[in-house]
Amino acid sequence: MLSRVANTLYWMIRFVERADNLARLIDVNQQLLLDSERLDSERLRTFWQPIILSTGDEETFSSLYDQAGSAEVIHFLTDDPRNPNSITSCIALARENARTVRDQLPDELWEELNALYLFSRSAEARRLIAVDPPRYYENIRRSAVTFLGIAASTTSRDEQWDFMELGRHLERADKTTRFLDVASYLPDGADNAQSAALHWSAILRSCGALGAFRAFERTITARGVVDFLVFSKIFPRSVRYCIERVDVSLHRISGTPRGSFQNDAEREAGRLLSDLHFGVTDDAFAMGLHGYLDALQSRFNRIGEAVFESYVLMPERFQVCPPDEFRSSSALAAWQQQQQQQ
Amino acid sequence: MGLAKPMEMFKGYDPGVFYDEMFGADGTVRDHCAPLLRRFAGIDQKDFLARKANSELYFLRQGITFNVYHDEQGTERIFPFDPVPRVMPADEWEQLEAGLTQRIVALNLFLHDIYHEQRILEDEVIPRFYVEHAKHYRPEFRGMDVPRDIYIHICGSDLIRGADGQYYVLEDNGRCPSGASYLLENRNALKRAFPGLFEEMGVRPVDSYPHDLLSMLHHISPRRDESPVCVLLTPGCYNSAYFEHCYLAREMGIDIVEGRDLVVVDKVVFMRTTRGLKRVDVIYRRIDDDFIDPVVFRKDSALGVPGLMNAYRAGNVALANAVGTGVADDKVMYYFVPRMIEYYLGQKPILPNVPTYLASEEKDLKFILGHLPELVVKAANESGGYGMLMGPSASKDEIEKFRELIIADPRNYIAQPVISLSRAPTWCDGAMEGRHIDLRPYIIYGEDVKIVPGGLTRVALNKGSLVVNSSQGGGSKDTWVLRH
Repeated sequence: MLSRVANTLYWMIRFVERADNLARLIDVNQQLLLDSERLDSERLRTFWQPIILSTGDEETFSSLYDQAGSAEVIHFLTDDPRNPNSITSCIALARENARTVRDQLPDELWEELNALYLFSRSAEARRLIAVDPPRYYENIRRSAVTFLGIAASTTSRDEQWDFMELGRHLERADKTTRFLDVASYLPDGADNAQSAALHWSAILRSCGALGAFRAFERTITARGVVDFLVFSKIFPRSVRYCIERVDVSLHRISGTPRGSFQNDAEREAGRLLSDLHFGVTDDAFAMGLHGYLDALQSRFNRIGEAVFESYVLMPERFQVCPPDEFRSSSALAAWQQQQQQQ
Repeated sequence: MGLAKPMEMFKGYDPGVFYDEMFGADGTVRDHCAPLLRRFAGIDQKDFLARKANSELYFLRQGITFNVYHDEQGTERIFPFDPVPRVMPADEWEQLEAGLTQRIVALNLFLHDIYHEQRILEDEVIPRFYVEHAKHYRPEFRGMDVPRDIYIHICGSDLIRGADGQYYVLEDNGRCPSGASYLLENRNALKRAFPGLFEEMGVRPVDSYPHDLLSMLHHISPRRDESPVCVLLTPGCYNSAYFEHCYLAREMGIDIVEGRDLVVVDKVVFMRTTRGLKRVDVIYRRIDDDFIDPVVFRKDSALGVPGLMNAYRAGNVALANAVGTGVADDKVMYYFVPRMIEYYLGQKPILPNVPTYLASEEKDLKFILGHLPELVVKAANESGGYGMLMGPSASKDEIEKFRELIIADPRNYIAQPVISLSRAPTWCDGAMEGRHIDLRPYIIYGEDVKIVPGGLTRVALNKGSLVVNSSQGGGSKDTWVLRH
C-alpha cells in the first residue's frame, strides 16, 4: 500500500473516533449539568473548565472566548470551525482524508462518512444543537459507530485494516486518558463523596463504560474507575486493551513476531504494553493521576510519531523528506487547482 | 413520424429556430426518439420529479462533485444532471466514430512528425512559425521516441451541431481531457432512477471505458516481459477533477498517486509503499507538462516528481498522454487539422472544423477586429470556458478589452462565427425547455482506437446560453447510442 494512503487512512479513522468521543463527552456533561441546583457563572466556569483543560485545547479556547459558560464551551467543542478539534472540524477532516483515498474505500463507507459530513453542516444540525442537543449528539455517535461497523464488515483484513485499527485504538486510548483527566482538574471543594461519585460516573459514561463497570463492581470509586479504564484487560476502551490492539496491528503490519520489535513504534508499544500488563492502580495514584495520564499520552504520541517515521517518512531510505513548502493548505490547494483539466 | 401528440410534460415544447435533437422543425418527434418519448409518457410529473431528486441525491451522496475555482467559498457542487437522455441513431454515431478515429490518427502522426523530421513544416503545409511559437511545443523532446509512437492516448474532442444538423469539431483536448467519469456515472444514475426507460431500447453500454483505458496503459508499458504496474498521477484532492481521478483509478484497479508518492532512482520511477519501493511502468498523468518535473520544467513545482523526465527519456517509464501534446490542441493548430488529415492520410476530413480566423494572419485580423460583436474569440491555450469572448452577449467594455488583448498578442487568439449549437429538451424549473448542448466523446488510442459509444453530452442550463462548461452553469445528460 502507498505510504501516503496508509497515513491518510490512519488519520481518517482517528478523526471519526475523536468526533465520536467528543460527542459522548459533551452530551454526558451537559446532562450532568441539569442536576445542578444553582447555575451562576462561577459555577459554570468551574464545571466546564476541567473539560476544556482535559481536551488540551485551553489555549485556543481562551484566545477565542472571554467567558467559559455552557454556550461558549459547547459551541467551541461542537461546531466552532475555529477549533480544529471541534466535532464538526473532526468530521470535516475525516471526510477530507477519506476523499483523498476515495478510490480505496468501499462505496458504503464513503457514503456514510459523506452523509455524516453533510449532516454536520446542515440546517437540521444547527436546529438540533439549539433545541435538542441529545438528539444531535446521538446522531453523531450513531453515524460514527455505523461508519466503524461498515469498515469492520467491508474491509479485508490486510494492511489497510491494520492501519485503520492502529489509528482507532491509539485515538481511543488517548481519549480515555483525557476523560479520566477531567477528574484531576476538579476543584478540591467539590470533593464531597456524593458529588465525586457523580463525576466519576460521568467519566464512565463518557467512555461508554458505565454498564460494563457495573457488571464488574457495584460502587463507583476513584480507584475502581481508574483501575477499570486504564488496566482492564477486557473492556474495549481501556488503555490496556487499546494498546494491546495497537501492538497486534503493528506486528501484523511488519510481520515481526509479537514480543520482539523491528522498529521504534513496535518497541514503544511493547514497552508500554508491558507496563500496563504489570502495572497497578497504586502506581497511578502514587505518581499523581494527572502526571500519570500525561505520561501515558506522551507515550501514545511517541508511538504515533514512530509509525509515521517507519512507514511514511522512511528516513533511512530517503534523504529528502516530502516537500514542506506547501504546509499551508491554501498554497497546496492553489497549486493543485492550477492543473488544468480540459 | 412516430408520435402525433406529445405527452403531457412535452406539451407546449418549442423547438425554436435551432436544430432540436428530439423534434423536427414542424414539432414532430424524430423517429429514433419516438420510443423514448412513449416511455416518458408513462411517467407522471410527480413521479418524474421524485426520481430526478433521487438521482441528484445519488450524486451528492457519492460525492460526485467538482470545485469551482475563483469561488471564495471553495465548496463542492454537484454537476447538474438532466434526466432526459440525448439519443443518437446508430449510423449517425458510426459516422462520428470514423471521423474521430481519422482525426486522432492524424494528430498522432503530426506529433510524431514535428518531434522528429518535421516534414509537414519542410513541405510548408503548416507555417513553421505556428508550431515553434506554440506555448506547449517542447523542442527539447525532438528526436525522442515514445512507446509505440503514440502521443495522444486519450483525446476528448468536442463536437457541436449547427442549425442544419451538421456536426463540427469545436476543439481537441489532447493533454488531460476530463469528464469520462461523469459519462459513466450519468449512465449509473439514470439506470437507478429510471430503469424503465432502458428496457428493450437497445442502448449501447458505456462501461467498457475503464477496461479500454487500462488495456491502453498496458499496451504502452516499456517492460514487455512483466505485468506492468500502472498508476494515475493526480495533482491532489483540491483539484477540480479529483473525484474523477479516484473514480478511474478505482475502476481500473490501479493506485492513485501524488508527486510525493513517487521517487526516481537511477532513472527508474518507484512509488513509496509501506513495504518499501515498488517500480512503476506507466503513468496516466493528470498533471500538466509544466508541473510534472521541477528539475526540467517549473522549478517552483515542488509537488512534481524530480527526475521523472530523465526516467522518461531513458525509456523506463511511459506517460499517457506524452509530453508535448499540447501543441496539437492549441486552438491555432486546430485550424490546420484538416490539412494534417489530407497531408498524412491522403483523405478528406470526415468531420469538418468550425470556420476559424487566425488573428496572426493580417487579413483575418482585420476581419476579426471589424466583427468582434458577432464572433467568438478564444485564447489559444485556455480551456474550461476561460479566456473567451462571446461577442453577441458581451458588453462594450469586454469587447474593447479583448480588442487590446488580440492586438497585443495576435498569435494567442482565434475567432469563430457563433454556431447556434443544437438543443435538446431539458427539464428546467417546472417545464421542458430547449437547451443548447455539445458532445464530448473520449477517444482512446492504444493497440487500436476505441471510442466508448456516445460521450458526455454537456448542457448549457442557462436560458439562451451557449457555454456548456461546468464552471459556468453547465450540466450534463446521459448519451444514448442506439444499436442498429
